[in-house]
Amino acid sequence: MFNRYADITGDGLWYNNIGFVQLLGLCPLLAVSSTVVNGLGLGLATTAVLLASNVSVSAIRNLVRPEIRIPAFMLIIASFVTAIDLAMNAWLYDLHKVLGIFIPLIVTNCAILGRAEAFASRTAVDRAALDGLMMGIGFTIVLVLLGGMREAIGQGTLFANAHLMFGAFAESWKIILIEDYRGFLLAILPPGAFIGLGLMIVVKNIIDDKVAKPSAVITADSIAQTATH
Amino acid sequence: MLFTHMIRTALVLGMFALISTWLVALTFDATKEPIAASEKRALLRNLHQLIPPTLHDNDLFADVITVNDASHLGINTPLRVFRARQNNQPIAVAIESVAPDGYSGNIFLLIAIRYDGSLLGVRVSKHKETPGLGDAIEIERSDWITGFNNKSLSTTHTKAWQVEKDGGEFDQFTGATITPRAIVKAVHKTLLYYQQHRDSLYKSNKQES
Repeated sequence: MFNRYADITGDGLWYNNIGFVQLLGLCPLLAVSSTVVNGLGLGLATTAVLLASNVSVSAIRNLVRPEIRIPAFMLIIASFVTAIDLAMNAWLYDLHKVLGIFIPLIVTNCAILGRAEAFASRTAVDRAALDGLMMGIGFTIVLVLLGGMREAIGQGTLFANAHLMFGAFAESWKIILIEDYRGFLLAILPPGAFIGLGLMIVVKNIIDDKVAKPSAVITADSIAQTATH
Repeated sequence: MLFTHMIRTALVLGMFALISTWLVALTFDATKEPIAASEKRALLRNLHQLIPPTLHDNDLFADVITVNDASHLGINTPLRVFRARQNNQPIAVAIESVAPDGYSGNIFLLIAIRYDGSLLGVRVSKHKETPGLGDAIEIERSDWITGFNNKSLSTTHTKAWQVEKDGGEFDQFTGATITPRAIVKAVHKTLLYYQQHRDSLYKSNKQES
């Protein structure tokens, strides 16, 4: 395991993105991403937990015996999530009410235990921290994009309720895309989340295919060529 | 050998449990007061939407009793009644009430009633109605809920306490009849409850049953 910082960043944001590629943490992803602000709130909370848990797991990796590593990781993750849940309840009360059960449920987001087990427990603290941060930002980007898509189609607005997160001055941030929009229920309800995420993964795969070298495309010629080598 | 190994492993895990618990306890302690303050602020904001601060001079949050009447208030758990007074004269109450027959379960209401029995207003504090259809009951989404303002048992007769579709005088909204029906019924029952218990609601300092 000797990843360069650039690889870690690229993996977290794109090539191994939690939401698009690993498809982990779908329960909160799909449930909360009905608006931009909700998505951003859950994304930042998840990022904070990922960063904190990756750093601590990496710091104690030589201390913990293999038999008890999973319970030890769970203890760490659960206490960070509880701490963040309480902090949000205290200082972002209204947003905490909107996100509700999905903040404590960050504990069960398998992406977090997954990063602790597969990456942080085998690498130095600086890399683990960068990985946690980038994976978290990648997840947040998916949440915000999906939230924006569902909010625009479902309610015809963007950044509604921004004041829940940024304070009273953000109330004017709300953008009304379509006046007197009756709303498109499907986009707000859970099926809209599945369809939206599916479409976004399609777009990502198309971009990946375009970027990949043409030689990667398997044709009769390329098979014949490899066979002769 | 195996035994010492087990003991050592257990000790390490125990240490982690101790540290994590300490971390959580520390956060809990640091956030306890801000959380209570936020809750109080949010509740007061909701209360003041219904009972303007100019109408009363007492601390709404402190002048509160709990009542329990499942047949009128919807659920069989204690609900709060906030009492507003000016110069120790009763002005209004805000009663927590529940419409148990919403489209997706309980709809939690805050119902403010003037001393004379007319409605200062109604707000939905918590619900799980269908987004885009039933959630027009929220003040942020439509002003339907303000249709209750100033209504009372004397302005609106028992038969009129229904949605228009059932022959009453309250609007339903497109695509949702069950939700408004449930709320109209709950508001009506709460007014009946107020009529029966008005004096004891302002007087008592202990739990009513």
